Amino acid sequence: MDIPYTVEARPDTGVNNAKLGIWLFLASEIMLFGGLFSAYIFLRIGAPEWPGMMAGHMYGRASEVLSVPLATLNTFILIGSSVTIVMAWASLMMNRFDKYRLFMGATILLAFGFLIIKGIEYTSKFSHGLFPSESNFLGIYFVLTGLHAVHVIGGIIINSYFLGPGTKLWKTNPKYFTNRIEVAGLYWHFVDIVWIFLFPTIYLL
Amino acid sequence: MAELHSPEEIRKHVRVYMMVFGSLAVLTIVTVSVGYLKLPIVPAMIVALFIACVKGGLVGSYFMHLITEKKLIFWLLIASAVFLFIMLTLFIWAHNSQEGGYLVS
Amino acid sequence: MTYGTEREMTDSVSGGDESVHDVHRYHEEPFWRKYIFATDHKMIGIQYALTALFFLLTGFTFMMLMRWQLAYPGQPIPLIGWLFSDDTMPGGVMVPEFYNQLGAMHGTIMVFLGVVPLAVGAFGNYIVPLQIGAPDMAFPKLNMASYWVYFCGGVVMLASFFVPAGAAKAGWTSYPPLANIETMGQTMWLIGMMFLITSSLLGAVNFLTTIIQLRAPGMSYFRMPFFVWAQFVTAFLLLLAFPPLEAAAFLQLADRLIGTSFFMPSGLVVSGQVLDIAGGGSPLLWQHLFWFLAHPEVYVLILPAMGIVAEIIANNTRKPLWGYKLMVYSLLFLGAMSFIVWAHHMFITGMGTTMGAFFQVTTMIISIPSVIILSGLFLSLWGASMRFTTPMLFALAFLPMFGIGGLTGLPLGLAPTDIPLHDTMYVIGHFHYIVAPGTILALFAGIYYWYPKVTGRKLNDFWGRIHFWGTFICMNGIFMPMFIQGLAGVSRRLYDGGATYDFAANVVQYNELMSIFAWVLALAQIPFFINFFLSIKKGKEVDDNPWKATTLEWTATPTPPLPHVNFETVPTVYRGPYEYSVPDSDSDFTPQNQP
Ligand code: HEM
Ligand SMILES: [Cu+2]
Repeated sequence: MDIPYTVEARPDTGVNNAKLGIWLFLASEIMLFGGLFSAYIFLRIGAPEWPGMMAGHMYGRASEVLSVPLATLNTFILIGSSVTIVMAWASLMMNRFDKYRLFMGATILLAFGFLIIKGIEYTSKFSHGLFPSESNFLGIYFVLTGLHAVHVIGGIIINSYFLGPGTKLWKTNPKYFTNRIEVAGLYWHFVDIVWIFLFPTIYLL
Repeated sequence: MAELHSPEEIRKHVRVYMMVFGSLAVLTIVTVSVGYLKLPIVPAMIVALFIACVKGGLVGSYFMHLITEKKLIFWLLIASAVFLFIMLTLFIWAHNSQEGGYLVS
Repeated sequence: MTYGTEREMTDSVSGGDESVHDVHRYHEEPFWRKYIFATDHKMIGIQYALTALFFLLTGFTFMMLMRWQLAYPGQPIPLIGWLFSDDTMPGGVMVPEFYNQLGAMHGTIMVFLGVVPLAVGAFGNYIVPLQIGAPDMAFPKLNMASYWVYFCGGVVMLASFFVPAGAAKAGWTSYPPLANIETMGQTMWLIGMMFLITSSLLGAVNFLTTIIQLRAPGMSYFRMPFFVWAQFVTAFLLLLAFPPLEAAAFLQLADRLIGTSFFMPSGLVVSGQVLDIAGGGSPLLWQHLFWFLAHPEVYVLILPAMGIVAEIIANNTRKPLWGYKLMVYSLLFLGAMSFIVWAHHMFITGMGTTMGAFFQVTTMIISIPSVIILSGLFLSLWGASMRFTTPMLFALAFLPMFGIGGLTGLPLGLAPTDIPLHDTMYVIGHFHYIVAPGTILALFAGIYYWYPKVTGRKLNDFWGRIHFWGTFICMNGIFMPMFIQGLAGVSRRLYDGGATYDFAANVVQYNELMSIFAWVLALAQIPFFINFFLSIKKGKEVDDNPWKATTLEWTATPTPPLPHVNFETVPTVYRGPYEYSVPDSDSDFTPQNQP
C-alpha cells in the first residue's frame, strides 16, 4: 500500500498532496511575513518621525535613504523570474524538456541577479554607516529584506535541485516531475508577492 | 489540474502570462512614479497598497493559477487572510488605545 | 469518492502477495533507517514519545529542585546538592540566578518539548493515520525532518545550561527588555525556539495534508473520531499562530545580536546607566506577538488531551459520545476564537478600556465552546455501565480537573478581577490545573489505552492504579494551595516563595506541603516507568482489539500494526466512530469498517 494521491488529485478535494502541502506552508508564511509587517506598523505608528534620525542625519522619507532605482530594478527581475518559472512549467506541460531547462536556468540566474543587487544595496548602506542598529527604520529594512533574501536563497536551492539531480524523475514519471515544478513555482511566486508588498511599504512610504 | 490541459490551451496560457507580465511592469512603473509625487502619507499609502494588492492578485490569480484553483485552497487562503487581518487591525488598535503611548518611543 | 476505487481493484487482484512482499521488504531495513532516521509514522511516533517523556521528566526534575528552595529557602539541598557547580549551588544552596534558569527552562521544556511533542508528535503521529485508514503520513520524509528538528531544538535548550552564565532566566515568556539584556542563554533559547517552531510547522503541514487527503474510502469528515478532529484543529492553530512568534524570535535575536531596538524603548536605564541604543522600540510589541501565539498554544496543549479523553470515554462507557457533532463544531469555533483573545494576558499593560472590553468579551465567548465540550464528555457518562479500566480512571479524573482549571480562568478573563490576580500564584494554579492534572492525566490515559496497540501487551493494571491514585492526589496537593497563596497576593516567580513578605506570612507555610507532594509525585511515577519498560517484554499479551473498540486503529489492522503499510488492504468505512451498544446488534460495538 503506497501513499495515495502523490501524483493524481484526490477526487473529492481536487488536489494532490504536494499541492495542498505547499499551500498550507504558504499560509503559514503569510502569517510569518504578516507578523513582521504588523510589527513594522506597530513600531512605525509609535515613532515620532519616520525614517527619522540616522547616522547624524534627519530623514523625512524612506526614498531619501534607500535606493529606489535599484529596488525597482530588483522588482523587474523578480517579476521576470516569476514569468520564467511559470514558463518552465508550461514547457513541461507541452513536453518540451529542452525549453524547461532554459527557463529554469533563467529563473535561477535572475534570482542570483536579485541577490547581487541586494548585496550592492547593503554594502552601500554599510559604507555610509547605516547599520541596522542605527534606527528602527533600518532595523526593519534589514530584517524584512534579509528574511526575504533567505527565502530567495531557499528558492535557488530548490530550483537548482530541479535543474540538476532532480531531473531524473522526468524520465521515470514526467507527470510527478511536472507537479513538483508547479509546486516549486508556487513557492517562488509567493517570494515574488512578498517583494511586491515589501517594495512600496519599505522603499516608498 | 495538470491533466486537464492540452498543449493548445497551454499556448493560450502563455499568452496570458505575457499579458500579466506587461501589466505588472506597467504597475511597477506607476508605483514608482507615484512615489516621486511625494503625496502626503495617507493617500500615498492607499495608492501604494492598492497597486501592490492588484499586482499580488495578478501573480496569485494567473501565475499561481488561483482563478481555476479548488475551493479547499481558497478556504485555506481566506482563513489565513482573516487571521492576518485580525492581527494587523488589533495590533494597530492596541497601539492606539495604549494609555499615554505607554512605553512606546 | 476517495482513494478506494482504483486502488482497491489492484489490491484485490494482487493484494495479498503484495503486502506480504511489502512486509518482507521493510523487515530488511537497516538499523539506522528503521530506528534512527525512520520514516514510518509509527516509529516516529515512538521516537517522539520517548523523547518527550524524557523531557517531561527533565522539566519535572527542575521543578523538584526549585521546590526545595521554596520549601526551605537558603538551606542546602541534601544528598544531591554537591553535584552542582559553584556557579549554581555553592555549598548546595541554590543561587537566585540558577532558580530563574530552572524556572524559565521548566516552563519552556514542559510546554514546547514535553506536552506538545507527546500530545501531537507522539499520539498524533502514531494514531491519526491508523484512525483514518491511511498507510502513513502524507509526507514521511518531512515527518522524519520534524522529529529531528525537534530533537535539535531540545539539544540546544539543554546545551544552554552550559554556556557562560547559564540558561535563559527571563521566564518562558521571555519578556523584553529583561530578555534583551540577558546573558547568552537567552540567545540559545531563541535559537532553540526557532527549531521547535519550525518542527511544529512542518508537522502541522503534514497532519493537515494527511487528514484532508488520506482518509480511507467512506471516512467522511463527520465519521472521523473526535481525536482526529482535535488533532486537525490543533494542527491548524500551530500552522497559523506559530509564525508570528517565529517573527518575534527573529526580532529579539536581532535586538540581542546586531543591536537593533525593536523591543527597547529610548532612554532605558540598566544598572544606573542609560543604554547606548537607538531606542524607539516597544516591549509591548513582544507581548502582543508572543501571546498571539501563546494563547492558541494553550489550546494546542488541551485539545489533543480532550481528543484522547473522548476516545476513552466512548470506549469505556460503551455508548456513543454525547453530541459528537456539537462537540466538533465547538472545537472549530474554539479554534477560530482562540486567535482573538490573547490580550487577556496583558490587562495590566495599560490598554484602553474599549480594547480591554473587547478582549474580555471574546474571552467570555471562548469559554462557551470549552464548556460545551466538557459538558458533552460529562453527559456521555450519563446512564452508562462503565468499565473502570486504568485508562478510564485517568480519563475520568481529567474532567473535574479541567473543570477547575477552566472555572478559575474566568476571573482571570475579566480585567477587574485579573488586575489583582495577575502574576500571582493564582495564575500558576489556574494553568497548571489545566495542563498538569488535566492534560498530563489525559496523556497518561492515552498511554495506558494505546500501549497495547504499540507493543501487543497491556500495562499492568495494579501498578497502573497505584500510579493513578498517587498522581491524582499529589497533583491536587501541589496545585490547590496555589490558589490560596495567589488570592493572598503572593507573586509568582519568587526566589524564596514569599518568605520575606509580611503579607504572605499566613500562607507561606503551604510551600513545604506542596513541595512534599511534588516529591511524592515523583515517587508515584516510579511504578509507571517500571511498568512501562517491563511490560514491553513481560506484559499480558492481548488480541487485536483488547478494548473492544470501534475505530480503525483497532479493527482494521493487527496489533501491533504492520510496519509502513499499516493495512493489508485499504479499509472501507461504513459508519460513524462510536457505534457502541447499537440496539438489535449482536455485539455491543460495531466497528467502523463493518459493512
Ligand atoms: C476556559 C477558559 C479559560 C480562560 C477564561 C482563561 C483565562 C486566562 C487568563 C485571563 C490568563 C491570564 C492571567 C494573567 O496572567 O493575569 C490565563 C493564563 C494562562 N492560561 Fe488560561 N484560560 C482558560 C483556559 C486555559 C486553557 C485551556 C489553558 C491550556 C493549557 C490555559 C493555560 C494558561 C496559561 C499557560 C496561562 C499563563 C501564562 C503565563 O502567564 O505564564 N488556560 N488564562
Ligand atoms: Cu490566554
